[in-house]
Amino acid sequence: MHYFIGDLGHFFIILSFVTSLVSAFAYWKTINTNETAREAWRKNARVAFYAHSFAVLGVVVSLFVIIYQHYFEYHYAYSHSSRHLPAQYMVSCFWEGQEGSFLLWIFWQAVIGIFLIHTQKKWEAPVMVVFSLVQAFLASMILGVVIPLIDLKLGSSPFILLRDAIDDPIFSIQPDFIPKDGSGLNPLLQNYWMVIHPPTLFLGFALTLVPFAFCVAGLWQKQYTEWIKPALPWTLIGAGILGLGILMGGYWAYETLNFGGYWNWDPVENAVYVPWLVMIASIHTMIIYKNNQTALKTSIILTIATFVLILYSTFLTRSGILGDASVHSFTDLGLSGQLLIYLLFFTGTAIALSIWRWKKIPSSEKETSVYSREFWIFVGATLLCLSGFQVIIPTSYPVINEIGSWFGLDLRLATPGNQIEYYSRFQVWFGVLIALASGTAQFFWWRKIDKNNLVKELLYPALISLVVFALVISLGKIYKPAYLVLTLAGVYLIVSNLKVLFTVTKVNKALSGGAIAHLGVGLMLIGIMFSAGYAKVVSLNNTGMLISKDLPTEFNRDNLLLFVHEPRQMAGYEIEYLGERVKPNGIKGYVSKNDIDLTLDPYKVIAVKDIYFEKKKILSARDTFEINPENTFYEVELRKDGKVAAVLFPRVQINPAMGGFVASPDIERHAGRDLYTHVSLPMNREEEPEWSELTEERIQLNQQFFVNDYVATLDEVVRIHEIEGFKLDEADVAVKAKIKVKGERDEYMAEPIFLIRNKSQVGRIPSEINDLGVKLTLLNIHPDTGEFSLGINTRQKDWVIIKAIEMPLINVLWLGTGVLMIGFTVAMVRRFEDFKKES
Amino acid sequence: MKKSHIFALVVIAAAIGIIIANTGDASTYVSFDQAYQMASTGNNTQIHVVGDLKKDANGNIVGIEKSADKLSFSFILIDENQKEQKVYYNEPMPPDFTRSEKVVVIGGYQNNSFVASKILLKCPSKYQEEKINTSSL
Repeated sequence: MHYFIGDLGHFFIILSFVTSLVSAFAYWKTINTNETAREAWRKNARVAFYAHSFAVLGVVVSLFVIIYQHYFEYHYAYSHSSRHLPAQYMVSCFWEGQEGSFLLWIFWQAVIGIFLIHTQKKWEAPVMVVFSLVQAFLASMILGVVIPLIDLKLGSSPFILLRDAIDDPIFSIQPDFIPKDGSGLNPLLQNYWMVIHPPTLFLGFALTLVPFAFCVAGLWQKQYTEWIKPALPWTLIGAGILGLGILMGGYWAYETLNFGGYWNWDPVENAVYVPWLVMIASIHTMIIYKNNQTALKTSIILTIATFVLILYSTFLTRSGILGDASVHSFTDLGLSGQLLIYLLFFTGTAIALSIWRWKKIPSSEKETSVYSREFWIFVGATLLCLSGFQVIIPTSYPVINEIGSWFGLDLRLATPGNQIEYYSRFQVWFGVLIALASGTAQFFWWRKIDKNNLVKELLYPALISLVVFALVISLGKIYKPAYLVLTLAGVYLIVSNLKVLFTVTKVNKALSGGAIAHLGVGLMLIGIMFSAGYAKVVSLNNTGMLISKDLPTEFNRDNLLLFVHEPRQMAGYEIEYLGERVKPNGIKGYVSKNDIDLTLDPYKVIAVKDIYFEKKKILSARDTFEINPENTFYEVELRKDGKVAAVLFPRVQINPAMGGFVASPDIERHAGRDLYTHVSLPMNREEEPEWSELTEERIQLNQQFFVNDYVATLDEVVRIHEIEGFKLDEADVAVKAKIKVKGERDEYMAEPIFLIRNKSQVGRIPSEINDLGVKLTLLNIHPDTGEFSLGINTRQKDWVIIKAIEMPLINVLWLGTGVLMIGFTVAMVRRFEDFKKES
Repeated sequence: MKKSHIFALVVIAAAIGIIIANTGDASTYVSFDQAYQMASTGNNTQIHVVGDLKKDANGNIVGIEKSADKLSFSFILIDENQKEQKVYYNEPMPPDFTRSEKVVVIGGYQNNSFVASKILLKCPSKYQEEKINTSSL
């Protein structure tokens, strides 16, 4: 038992909680004290925040040591990790649990806090009061302390021992029991995106605190307008990183899950999507303010709303309230009360402060003209908020039901069964309107436009858009009205921003961020429209036969049954299933299951011959290498005009603990479309296959014969002295027949064994060739005629059922994402430069 | 009236419109009896039913039948009014199914049998082992 590391970690948690409170208090005193004592308090506050950050680092390191060293006496290591987990996924274990993800959030905020201390002279104290308070609330979530007298449990510590977390009878017999292995990481999370998606997302979460802290500080310190300048660049980074985090999650879903898309409108996804939309809206209103001093109040409201929505999303996903509505919210750790207080504290304080100062916030009495750029940006920001509003309402149904029940109402609201269709129906139109508003606003932004030159300015972009639109729809064969309109709006957004980009870069490249970002959004809209609206199942069953009459019609129609080495036609390809593969850890390539010998350790196998992958030798005969036995890859070759076009390796993970098999796709990428292929049903290896009746043949050496229609030759029969590592006695006689069978592509060796023990007991060890579906048994030896009796059984050949979907132009979506991120970066750099010049 | 007021009114109207459109489409949690009535009156909207899996005296789940190919399965769900109903699901049994505390089925009646198009599970501790695997001792 390693008590020390857990106690140390827990000590650091308590230290981080206490120091964050001290830091908040000391920064408070820095503001509310006389000039002479100010610098002393500031020093105290900084020391406290540094101590806090050090403690947070201590917690992180302690928890990581527990996971990395496989201390399974700790619940966190036991329930999220296992001995065979590759090192990079130990990092994922760290934030798989709720406590770890809170820790990640705290960690980022500590880093940002230190950064702010050193860059914001004027704002340091009030901003850091807010920061320290948020840190205290978050630290309390992982505190794991029971307050005596009132018996209140505060937080859930990641350093809890297994025996305290799980009530298992073994602990009453043997309190020091340590499991030999952990229960492992959810196989779906064993993906490189899960190593970088959560830190990015939580960095985004942490960054939403910065504009909020500046806004609150501004209201509090009566700097009603000054806070915008330092807050704007941070809002830009925050929105960029948060957006990147969200899209990484979508990309992970596309690569790993098999629902055939990247966005599922699940409540957990919606809960982060909405604050992101509002954050984008707040960027726009801040820019309006910087230009003509209007929309200050809206900026304040939206900045506060962004952070409150982040807290709300934390509450939704972690309190267990979504339990009935979401497939992947966190486990309920009994933190709902604490989370609610966290949410209400900051919501209440921010709203109260705003109301208190509302009258004093300067507002412009200027009427905004419809021809002004500010008007159109404001319309765009409003649309973003309304679009978020539409998403948050159904996402909040569980909360609305709960609140209703306090008033005795039995609302029983539930989101419709088909979430994707439901949300898309609304969101398509918001997409259209936002694209139109932002395309138009860009013109107004860079040109002085009035009634007279409006037509002239918009004529060419509109005409070019129409031409491009006509091209796109005729090539893409789009007929659905909603998609037509969305395509037109997307094209208009792209064309107008290209024009603006062209004009602006001639003047000053630093100003091009907005145009680039909007260009990215236009590309994303087009990519989303095509890939989601026109995804097409291409693995259509064209044999005219049902795969199985037990299966639903849809399954029979949309899936292909592939027998090994029996090519079929699919989407203009010749498709051939080549068999089951394993993947050696740390080596690029795959190894056929026919070419490995198993060992007693399921994670170690031995190569039976030199293994080549893509003509490169990756393993030598008798090499022992490590695999993950959960994973099987199904090699599928696609050929076009007789040439290999692609080789795909869709994966299936068999995990009894997870209750079955989990399939992940392999994607064949083209510029214009992706071919997305996943296994929809693998062969069940647990079940004994149905063999045909044994047929017996008498064969001489080097004689050819047929097994299951394949040509076979009996090459030789040799005496052997050991079987699978077991030495035989002198009195035992064992012979092995070597039979060569020629398959469609490869030659296979079958080596059945005939054995006589103690001169009387006869044993026969048959040999199977999986790919060909044959089993050969050496039945008898006839020394008189020099013949051998061979038993032949055959079965159905190995098969796999796959589904393939063609996703047109999905790469335009990913391209658009990249362009959007570049836009954010350019804009952010510009605003930071502004801020530096000022101070 | 100022333009900004008109703008505010339009926004409020849009927000109300969104709420109405949303709730008009919202599905509700119902019992099996209500779901059956809805289906028999020709209302084919997808509804949600929350329930528990049927268990025997020892707490073992009973009534799960998998098809021969394991691609679809059926189970018995007891709703809040203690009504038992066999539910068909045209997909393989989801991971964690037998460990779930509560099950939400989304679907409807088709000729007297309840066919779920989607299943949501509420697990006591998702992705976490309930009992320790002591065999590795």
